[in-house]
Amino acid sequence: MGHGGGGAMSAELVENVFAPAFGGLVLAALGDSATLPVGGERIAFSTDSFVVRPLFFPGGSIGDLAVNGTVNDLAMSGARPLWLSCGFILEEGVEMSVVGRVAQALGAAARTAGVEVVTGDTKVVEAGRGDGIYLNTAGIGIVPDGVDIRPQRARPGDVVIVSGEIGLHGVAIMSVREGLEFGAAVESDCAALNGLVEAMLAVAPDLHVLRDPTRGGLAAALNEIAAAAGVGVVVQERRVPVPDQVANACAILGLDPMYVANEGKLVAFVPRERADAVLAAMRAHPLGAAAAVIGECVGEHPGMVVARTPLGGTRVIDLPLGEQLPRIC
Amino acid sequence: MKYLEEFQNPELARGLLEDIRAQVTRPWALMEVCGGQTHTIIRHGIDQLLPEGLELIHGPGCPVCVTPLEMIDRALEIASRPGVVFCSFGDMLRVPGSDRDLFRVRGEGGDVRVVYSPLDALRIARENPDKEVVFFGIGFETTAPPNAMAVYQAQKQRVRNFSMLVSHVRVPPAIEAIMESPDCRVQAFLAAGHVCSVMGTEEYPVLADRYRVPIVVTGFEPLDILEGIRRTVRQLERGEHRVENAYPRAVRPEGNPAARDMLEDVFEVTDRAWRGIGVIPRSGWRLSERYRDHDAEYRFDVRGITTREPAQCRSGEVLQGLIKPNQCEAFGTTCTPRTPLGATMVSSEGACAAYYLYRRLGTPAVPLEASPVA
Repeated sequence: MGHGGGGAMSAELVENVFAPAFGGLVLAALGDSATLPVGGERIAFSTDSFVVRPLFFPGGSIGDLAVNGTVNDLAMSGARPLWLSCGFILEEGVEMSVVGRVAQALGAAARTAGVEVVTGDTKVVEAGRGDGIYLNTAGIGIVPDGVDIRPQRARPGDVVIVSGEIGLHGVAIMSVREGLEFGAAVESDCAALNGLVEAMLAVAPDLHVLRDPTRGGLAAALNEIAAAAGVGVVVQERRVPVPDQVANACAILGLDPMYVANEGKLVAFVPRERADAVLAAMRAHPLGAAAAVIGECVGEHPGMVVARTPLGGTRVIDLPLGEQLPRIC
Repeated sequence: MKYLEEFQNPELARGLLEDIRAQVTRPWALMEVCGGQTHTIIRHGIDQLLPEGLELIHGPGCPVCVTPLEMIDRALEIASRPGVVFCSFGDMLRVPGSDRDLFRVRGEGGDVRVVYSPLDALRIARENPDKEVVFFGIGFETTAPPNAMAVYQAQKQRVRNFSMLVSHVRVPPAIEAIMESPDCRVQAFLAAGHVCSVMGTEEYPVLADRYRVPIVVTGFEPLDILEGIRRTVRQLERGEHRVENAYPRAVRPEGNPAARDMLEDVFEVTDRAWRGIGVIPRSGWRLSERYRDHDAEYRFDVRGITTREPAQCRSGEVLQGLIKPNQCEAFGTTCTPRTPLGATMVSSEGACAAYYLYRRLGTPAVPLEASPVA
């Protein structure tokens, strides 16, 4: 299970098994999407699979995730997402009304994101061999001229900005999956970020890195960037926006909000001179209203993410191993 | 969360640190008993902020770490059997037995489930009358009462397919064992607040007197830890050795009488082996005679287990505060969270895991308020 958690074990699987088997320069870049030259244009191409349980959760559904996940992977390379494919793997016995609700949610999310579902596929597996519905989406977008956004472009001096409060999706899923309630209801932040990225690119076409911190959370995203670019990252822990409900839930379960999944947030590495403009553009967009500078990129300790704790100590923020496990007491 | 935030306030922390610095005139070695406290200390960098010579020694208070290998192997054996649903808290799943862990058993087809409460396991038993549902009951005095409650309820509701593999441990005998060790360097204890919230503080004055050590009951937030250290140092500097309660918002002298009654009803004190340390007399609990039907050790024949502990693992010395995790040759090389030799590296409260997670690369100093943009 840990190999699907978005942490160190996932990275090992890709690096040690998939990349050598598939080969190719593009995959070696290991970004959220591949950027490919087609004629005079560059297209971004990405795919993602969705095996979330339950299918419907506060703030979204597997249908929303399947659209927003792939749209966001494309947007993280600065691309304008245009077309999606959609594969349904249905478990025998799943109610047709449930399939209908998921399809409706998927269509609505695509319209909201401004993308079209242009091709698809359906397979059915025997009862007991799936969790009702699995989805796969792939997407294509166009990368505007002059835009070059990838993890390798992080530079010492870059300012690190997160687009809003972290941990909401992971805690929302946990609250319904495990029947846990943490006082105020927590809704997933599931959203398509292509509009927010467009607003950021309008003021800073030379953005260095964008990443949506999904599985593995902010910690995994920052570590992947630090490793890809060979730079260090310093995070001021108390500047990281963590909503009360997320902090509460994590305190109870012994989890670290930095490692909890998000589905509607991005982290940006921005040239220092553009940071104020980017932050202003983000805050003017509904999905970036709570954007905050959380740290900076440094030349020291390459490949490593270090947090300055609120008390003034320091600690390493490592790549998570696999899934976080709730503690005993 | 506002409430908890108050216990992480940097200005108040600074004041406590100044007070500690002003008091310390010579080196002292304090042991924080609980793994949760160790993680707070390392995660917030509290040890980096203390005056030179004031040393924190990490104690044995991680229930996952001290669960003996034989018990883990027993759990793995039971969990592998067909018809068994094996329920556990999440942090036991990666703890290595002699040759595998619970994740591996699940990967091999065992029905291993993570639960958040022993009562969840009881519910699973009610819903699956054709299965044997086993809950892994580990932990200190903190987790013992709800586990006792689950067994009590199973008996009362006649849920016959529910049993518990019990490996509960008690803190005061462990403190005694540490103080009796000829290598002991500990001069004072930060006692585990959660344990005392259940058991109260009455077991501690006799220990403070016998070993002439201050014992300060301490919570788990950064300011709790600093206040515990401040009070401990004050006693040490004055040559005192009393029990003090620095966690009054959770701990009353008598503890939680209802929880203690439940413990007394369901459990009985027994000798217990601690992983890496050995058998400590009267340091554990097992189910008492009249709940034996719900004891997984009796229900499943899992005797005669032979264990293989990795020779390089020095977690026993870490647990007794004799070495720091990074003084072990295997630390960060052959022993990592991905390939743990011992439970201290894999448990979320383990001292080795804390060092690996937060310190292993020699955390560089970051200038105060090195902030690029407002």
